[in-house]
Amino acid sequence: MGVGGAHDGSRNGHRPTARYSAFALFTRGLRKSPWPRAWRAHDLRPSYDVVIVGGGVHGLATAYYLAANHGITDVAVLDKGYIGSGGSGRNTAIVRSNYLTPEGVRFYDRSVKLYERLSADLNFNVMFSQRGHLTLAHNDSSLRTMRWRAEVNKLEGVDSEVISPEDIKRLVPYMDTSASARYPILGALHHPPGGTIRHDAVVWGYARGADAHGVHIHQGTEVTGIQVARDRVTAVRTTRGDIATPVVVNCTAGWSTLISDMVGVRTPVATFPLQAAVTEPVKPFLDTVVVSGSLHVYVSQTDRGELVFGASVDPFTSYSMRGSLEFIEELAGHVLALMPSLSKVRLLRQWAGLCDMTPDYSPIMGPTPVEGFYLDVGWGTYGFKAGPVSGESMAELIATTKTPEIIATFDLARFADGRLVGEKGAASVGH
Amino acid sequence: MILLPCPWCGPRNVSEFRYVGEPRRRPDVATTTPQQWRAYLYNHTNAAGWVREQWFHRTGCRQYFGAERHTITDEVRRTWRPEQAPAGAEPLLGVTDRAATTEAGPDAGGDVL
Ligand SMILES: Cc1cc2nc3c(=O)[nH]c(=O)nc-3n(C[C@H](O)[C@H](O)[C@H](O)COP(=O)(O)OP(=O)(O)OC[C@H]3O[C@@H](n4cnc5c(N)ncnc54)[C@H](O)[C@@H]3O)c2cc1C
Ligand SMILES: [Zn+2]
Repeated sequence: MGVGGAHDGSRNGHRPTARYSAFALFTRGLRKSPWPRAWRAHDLRPSYDVVIVGGGVHGLATAYYLAANHGITDVAVLDKGYIGSGGSGRNTAIVRSNYLTPEGVRFYDRSVKLYERLSADLNFNVMFSQRGHLTLAHNDSSLRTMRWRAEVNKLEGVDSEVISPEDIKRLVPYMDTSASARYPILGALHHPPGGTIRHDAVVWGYARGADAHGVHIHQGTEVTGIQVARDRVTAVRTTRGDIATPVVVNCTAGWSTLISDMVGVRTPVATFPLQAAVTEPVKPFLDTVVVSGSLHVYVSQTDRGELVFGASVDPFTSYSMRGSLEFIEELAGHVLALMPSLSKVRLLRQWAGLCDMTPDYSPIMGPTPVEGFYLDVGWGTYGFKAGPVSGESMAELIATTKTPEIIATFDLARFADGRLVGEKGAASVGH
Repeated sequence: MILLPCPWCGPRNVSEFRYVGEPRRRPDVATTTPQQWRAYLYNHTNAAGWVREQWFHRTGCRQYFGAERHTITDEVRRTWRPEQAPAGAEPLLGVTDRAATTEAGPDAGGDVL
């Protein structure tokens, strides 16, 4: 069984998933008949083979690949809110693989490859736009990190190069690349396959694909406890009742410490809010994603013309998802330092999401000392792009109980063993 | 949170302060194992609810102090000077050993580059 079986939803005795095609659009348009729901609601079963906590891109992708690649369909995805209500519906949707460590580059590149064919696999348009990604250097030390990243990237077969201010100006004519800028631009790391995606569509596409395979998606279902007997997971307690299960996967990102605490697994995670903002739509003028680490800001333009701005995490830990005036003031100043012509553009809204930061800016994936309790956490400010590869490899891990090579380096034990996978230089601002 | 009451200066905008984090007991350097030291460096309680933590008044009196904050609402219900710590609170870091805490902010935990 391979990926891409999403269309074939009748296999498990469920109604076939509606095909989204030009013909279907045309006939439904004529008949004005509503589309069937893309995923259904169910009663909670008393037991499941696998319970995934968290209905973001990681939980849903894991469920989808468990079913599509391994035929494991007795799976529940539980979310205390609605699917995509966490970071997966709040991120700025940057996808790229120009990381710093070889392990990181290989991992994120696999995700980019999966994203490239995801619309076809899921028969759901995820609007992946590989418009190119620029990380600006304003000082020698960032230029040095970029040179380093470019060389590691190229060794791993990833398209990535350091380019000059003249080349930058050609790609982004509205950027102030003059030597008299407040923070002059010395160069940039250019990553042509990087870009943006429609984050909600990815969440919905995986949910629809998983549902078609018979996975149960339970929204409004909060996990309040996990039962462990003789160091093995046996059941999950939820606000809608108890579920017996031998396998629990923690895919709750910013809330993951609270779930890990339920089984006594300690992780080096700290939860920080990350804010973002969007402007009113303007005419298309910005093709690439532009990131400035020194200015703590990044910008991209959506297909609708809005400018999406992001930054680094808030300065203190919190589970609050409130925006702050400080953030927006600082952000506006930095955006204008890069693109002075935006001074008249108005902001439409700002928001925040929770980020599960790890000491090395790499994720924590794999089994734990509690049998049947798996971690897929530590996604910090950069985990949306990793949804496909994480789902694929977590599914393989659960189905085979063998840790796939591509995630072996992200194990929990690395912190005690002193084997950090330092990605701060590639992930602290440009998510 | 917009205002944080400094026990010396009174309520000030939170942007004047640097968040230091949960005060944790540093293991004895002479006898600790690498594993214990790394657990001290990396692990956090990361609790959702009332926590006791340490702040630094960066652009004010430049003093360390303790605070009780609710990490879901960001409400602060009390702050204290190091010598007035409530019963059971961990001693503040860097107050006896200032060299240990630098102006590096939350990013400083990483093993970088
Ligand atoms: C502003 C912002 C910008 C970002 N930009 C980017 C970017 O450009 N590129 C990138 O790759 N990444 C980015 N990220 C990071 C990315 O959003 C996250 O790493 C990613 O979405 C994490 O996905 P997830 O599925 O692991 O978790 P989430 O999407 O956070 O899902 C976790 C789910 O768990 C649920 N949950 C929590 N507790 C419980 C419980 N007890 N019971 C049941 N359910 C529970 C929550 O309701 C939530 O839906 C950004 C994040 C933010 C906040
Ligand atoms: Zn003060």
